[in-house]
Amino acid sequence: MSAVLKVTGMSHWFGGLKAVSNFHFEVPEGAIYGLIGPNGSGKTTTFNLITGIYKPTEGKIEFAGGDITGAKPYRIVRKGVARTFQNLRIFGSMSVLDNVRVARQYRPASTLLASTLRLPSFKAEERLRKAEAMRLLDVLHLADRAKEQAKNLPYGELRRLEIARALATDPKLLLLDEPAAGMNPKEVQDLMALIGRVRDEFKVTVFLIEHHMKFVMGLCERIKVLDFGETIAEGIPEVVAKDPRVLEAYLGKKGGH
Amino acid sequence: MKIPRTPWLLVVAAGFWAVVQLLRLVGFNDYYLFIANLSLVYVILAVSLNLINGIIGQFSLGHMGFAAVGAYVSGSITTLIYKLSPNVAAHYPGFVLALVAGGVAAALVGVAIGFPTLRLKGDYLAIVTLGFGEIIRTIFNNIDAVGGPRGLLGIPKFSTFTVILAFALITVAVIRNIAESAHGRNMIAIRENELAADLVGIDTTGYKVKVFALGAFFAGVGGGLYAHLLQIAHPTQFGFIYSVQVLIMVYAGGVGSLTGSVLAAFALTILTQVLKSFLSWLKAATDLPIGGDWYMVVYALLLILIMLYRTEGLMGTREAKLMIIPEEDEK
Repeated sequence: MSAVLKVTGMSHWFGGLKAVSNFHFEVPEGAIYGLIGPNGSGKTTTFNLITGIYKPTEGKIEFAGGDITGAKPYRIVRKGVARTFQNLRIFGSMSVLDNVRVARQYRPASTLLASTLRLPSFKAEERLRKAEAMRLLDVLHLADRAKEQAKNLPYGELRRLEIARALATDPKLLLLDEPAAGMNPKEVQDLMALIGRVRDEFKVTVFLIEHHMKFVMGLCERIKVLDFGETIAEGIPEVVAKDPRVLEAYLGKKGGH
Repeated sequence: MKIPRTPWLLVVAAGFWAVVQLLRLVGFNDYYLFIANLSLVYVILAVSLNLINGIIGQFSLGHMGFAAVGAYVSGSITTLIYKLSPNVAAHYPGFVLALVAGGVAAALVGVAIGFPTLRLKGDYLAIVTLGFGEIIRTIFNNIDAVGGPRGLLGIPKFSTFTVILAFALITVAVIRNIAESAHGRNMIAIRENELAADLVGIDTTGYKVKVFALGAFFAGVGGGLYAHLLQIAHPTQFGFIYSVQVLIMVYAGGVGSLTGSVLAAFALTILTQVLKSFLSWLKAATDLPIGGDWYMVVYALLLILIMLYRTEGLMGTREAKLMIIPEEDEK
């Protein structure tokens, strides 16, 4: 399998604080890849670096064979990297449908003039994009919520809406930032099934960050474990789960309190 | 067979035009007509500011700066052609072109200001736009060729009710159509959450510059109409306080609601005139030390009351039915 995302020697400092230290990893195409680690271990920073919110101090990020290090966020998205956020960032006053439609149509083919004059080409595009957005909502079981204001949705549905919105950009790589945060066990189960289905149906590579060990162990095919900005283990779940350094980071030192 | 939708906006504008024409026959005097005209100019200014402040959510405090550019540019052009031949009727096409030229000049200034400043957010952007608005005004105050502090005098009175109404209609229709399109939704997404907008692929900076230019264009046209209504372009007409006045209209009407801006432009223009007359009368009758300008106190109070008790303004982000273009499958 070839790597869809390849990070080499990536480091990032916030002033004097080294948030990410000399990262190397490859996310294989079509995989569900998990990045775990305690709070403050540099997980979200890694996502912010990949999506262009921060520029890495050192290192290189390659996506689908091209260098995206330090590119503008919207350009990285247009190349095929989409993400969700740990603290939901939805377009609250817009309808559920429009949240997805925006992502489907971030660069409308119709010009401002064509939109103003409501030319047939404009109308055709609007129709098409709306239908596509509705299909996505359907897959994520949000179709009956399409007209509601997004901010009125319950938490679990907002998480799904963020995934729908990310998928609308036609990504090759989907980054999920703590998708199971704040969910009850039943919702976590459903989410695991959903992520698997999304991967198969949309042919995306999933790269997720999570605290929830069971979730990651049950879902991911490959896992990387971070602690204080450094990689302490990487591999398939069965092996990583038995790694002494991982146990130490999560459960504390043997004999120590 | 497809039945075309009723263009309600056009119907309402035509209705308004007809009503005013009828009222003219039964004693709707020039002063009342002036108020109607002024209201329509403010409709243009408020709706175009709402595009910037409300729809894409960039807090601009320098709208009158753009209006000043439009006023001075169009005013200079028409004064020049009017001097060459004072036949008013023959100059209407030239007047329209001059207004557009004023709008384009304002848009260029908008882009020039937009590029360096639109990286700023919230309060910072507000302060910088305020500064730029004042800079523009001060520049005109110091150019002798356009009258300097005396203002540009002798602008022909080309702004008739019909012309102003037509431009107000175009402004509202264009901005409404853009707001209700994929571009408009992208703008609203930027307002709602800029980072998320960036991360669904929207070129946020590009949109902000475009919207700034478009808002400035219409402000420039509005400024041009204003100058040709008052027959003067004077630096004091475009001061910060008037930018605030337009801003209050946007907030009173509801940020993000074009309907609200239109209603508030009328309501507050009329209120201003009523207050001015009332205060002058009060001064004459009671000898109190107040002047016509005290209406600004009422304006400021109004703003405070809106912020305290009805933050979302008159309309919130809602629109009147005639301002909404139904989606294809909802007809």
